[in-house]
Amino acid sequence: MNRINEEAENKPQLKLEFEIKEKDFNVAGEAASKVKKTLQQLGLTPEAVRNIAIVIYEAVMNVVIHATCGQLKVIIIPERVTVLTEDKGIGISNIELAMKEGYSTATHEIREMGFGAGMGLPNIKQCSHKLNIKSQVGVGTVLEAIIYLPSKDEKG
Amino acid sequence: MTLGELVNLLDFETLTGEVNLDKEVKSGYVSDLLSDVIANIDEGSVWITIQRHINILGVAKLKDIIAIVIPRKLELEQEVIERAKSEKIAILRDFRPAFEISGLIFNALKRG
Ligand SMILES: Nc1ncnc2c1ncn2[C@@H]1O[C@H](COP(=O)(O)OP(=O)(O)OP(=O)(O)O)[C@@H](O)[C@H]1O
Ligand SMILES: [Mg+2]
Repeated sequence: MNRINEEAENKPQLKLEFEIKEKDFNVAGEAASKVKKTLQQLGLTPEAVRNIAIVIYEAVMNVVIHATCGQLKVIIIPERVTVLTEDKGIGISNIELAMKEGYSTATHEIREMGFGAGMGLPNIKQCSHKLNIKSQVGVGTVLEAIIYLPSKDEKG
Repeated sequence: MTLGELVNLLDFETLTGEVNLDKEVKSGYVSDLLSDVIANIDEGSVWITIQRHINILGVAKLKDIIAIVIPRKLELEQEVIERAKSEKIAILRDFRPAFEISGLIFNALKRG
């Protein structure tokens, strides 16, 4: 799949990458906590850290549950953080429908584990400033969420 | 009210020993849908749920949840308890159903 252009930019950046393996239900929590720690050390506001962690958790969980495998990249530059997941999987045929709160194609087993409320993508939207999803049925999905960071003097 | 005070008051079973007993409990939430918890639980909360697979710890960590409260004396795997200890998330358990537990915790927190 074509990558969304973020990486091409020539700015100082910190990039964290995680492999999302098939049926790895732990990677979402692990990646979210690791990034959370890094962002706290970088001095981001608690609100930004919280939102970014939620976006990571929900996006990675979606790869594990709905796709096969993929990658997570978190790109941090002074003005914003980009969360990018790219997966190989069944893809999403109707993105607008997928974004609807309560819409889920999760199986019975997955629902028994407490997933499948159809709230993951709405949560991501709520916690980010920009959300971009590109998907090809039978190939995979790319999700890019951007969280803008308040500049140092806005933090108060 | 600290988690320890809440545990004493309501006589909850503590599966993770001393973990977080000194922490202040600010609020609570009841839900078995993980994305719902992620969207709606406040920080510093106790979370009442019948979910017991290891993923509840990921959610708890993500949202800085102090304790997970398991109703109806449901069984937990030792692996989950051990991991909770190392991740500093308390797991409490009680014989009462979620409805009663949430009522009791709600009142206890309201009284302060
Ligand atoms: N990476 C993905 N690959 C394929 N389908 C996806 C992917 N992400 C989301 N979807 C589709 O979009 C639907 C809605 O996703 P959303 O995260 O909102 O809910 P959910 O994952 O089903 O439940 P929840 O996130 O509440 O546990 C999913 O049920 C699935 O059909
Ligand atoms: Mg989801």
